[in-house]
This record gives sequence, structure tokens and C-alpha cells, in this order.
Amino acid sequence: MNKATFSAFIAGLIFSFGLLLSGMANPEKVLGFLDLFGAWDPSLMLVMGGAIAVGLPAFALAKKRQAAVLGGPIQLPGKRALDKRLILGSLAFGIGWGLAGFCPGPGIVASGALEPGALVFAVAMIAGMLGFRLLERRAS
Amino acid sequence: MNIDWNAFTPGSALAGGLLIGLASAWLILMNGRVAGISGILGGLLNNERGNRGWQFAFILGLLAGPGIWALFHALPAIEIRASYPVLIAAGLLVGIGTRYAAGCTSGHGVCGLSRLSPRSLAATMTFMFGGFATVYVVRHLLGA
Repeated sequence: MNKATFSAFIAGLIFSFGLLLSGMANPEKVLGFLDLFGAWDPSLMLVMGGAIAVGLPAFALAKKRQAAVLGGPIQLPGKRALDKRLILGSLAFGIGWGLAGFCPGPGIVASGALEPGALVFAVAMIAGMLGFRLLERRAS
Repeated sequence: MNIDWNAFTPGSALAGGLLIGLASAWLILMNGRVAGISGILGGLLNNERGNRGWQFAFILGLLAGPGIWALFHALPAIEIRASYPVLIAAGLLVGIGTRYAAGCTSGHGVCGLSRLSPRSLAATMTFMFGGFATVYVVRHLLGA
């Protein structure tokens, strides 16, 4: 295993600990945030706030750097268009998120905890992603 | 609006958020990659040469988190109330939706907002709206 691969593993591990510690690997807690008109749990706002507080200076630094510490270019997204794919895709994602309380990260972390419901969600999510690939291939 | 003070956990939420930010900062500065989980998983499914290694390692880190955590501490609660059919529908929508939108809560929500990207702000507002609206319909209109 090279350095970059090990580094990505560590990043995934820290991310996983962050989701577990914040309670965001628990769909019931996420749904407590999304239930704006019921008994509302604002915790997710602080999770986002904390993450962005670290992310802001890190991405500002990344924009200035020519290369990553372990070599290779820093690859930041270049797309700027606010198109139909972005909005409709995000809407579909939001509906799925509201149905089960899982977004991709927590779905994978809870699968790592071998929660049967999370594994069912993760398999369906992967099927959805493969479905997207199939539709894209047909379109091109 | 009615805040559920018993459920609100500001300390652990903020600390966990800082860790998520640290992981995202680590991946962009060390590896030069955005920690967007739907993009990484989708890329892995595309089996892109040159990306397989780091993408697989990142997902493995996510999966290994609970096991390593459990060696030192009891795992926090993971409560899944949705039925299997609902989880399947949710998974399909999340899988297709995040790929069309090219990002999810991590890629658009955390990394995109940290980059001050207008596209990511639009995506985040849209999936938040979708989530709020869905829970409103399910819990308050259908009473499930």
C-alpha cells in the first residue's frame, strides 16, 4: 500500500469517527433534524458548522497550492452551472434522505456496524448509482 | 418551531463536525481530492484506473470506523425505524439523485460550502428542502 492510499484510509476513518461522534450515523437523529415542524433537534446544524469551520481555511489553502502534499494535482470541481441535473438530482436525494434518514456517508458507516437496515439501504444506493451509469451510457 | 432540548447534543455534534472537517481537510491537502462520499463510491463503481486505490481505501476507512471505535468504546445508538421497502426506495433515490447532482451532504454540503461554491449552496438548499418536505409529509400529513 502506498502513502496516498494509506492517507485516504485515515481520512475515511476520521470521517467515520466524526459521523459516529456527532450522532449523524443514527438515522433517527438525522430525522429529528429534518422534522422542522415537530420536536426539532438542531444538532445537524452544528455538525455542518463545525465541519465548515475547519473546511473553509483548508480549501482556501488548497486553492493556493499547486500540488497535494503527497504529490499529484489538487483536484477541485470546476463546474459552475446551476442546471436541471443539479436541482432535480438534489431533490430526489433529499426525498430519499427524508424517507430513511440516511445519506451516503452514514449509510456506509452504519453498514460497517453491520446494521441490517443500513446494509439494505447501501445495496439499494449502489443499485441506484449503477442505474445512473446505465442511463448515462444510453444517453451518450 | 419547537426545539427538542433533550435530543439536542451541541457538544458532540460540534466535536464530530470538527472531525468531519478535519477528514475533508486531510483528503484535499494530502491527496488533492474532495471528500465527497457519493462521488467516491460512484467513482469506485465506475472502476476508474488511477482512482481505484484511494477511493477503495477511503470507503474502507468509513466501514472500519465502527469496528475500531468498538474496541475502545461502546458504539453510539444506530436506530433505523424505516421498513425494508422504504429503505430500498430511499437507497435508490439517494443513489440516483446524488449521482445526477454530482454530490451529497459531504461533497456539496461540507466541501462545497467550504469552497464557497454557489452550485453547492443551491444543491444543499435543495436537498435540505427535499428532506424537510418529506419528513413533514410522512410524519405530519400521513402520520406515520
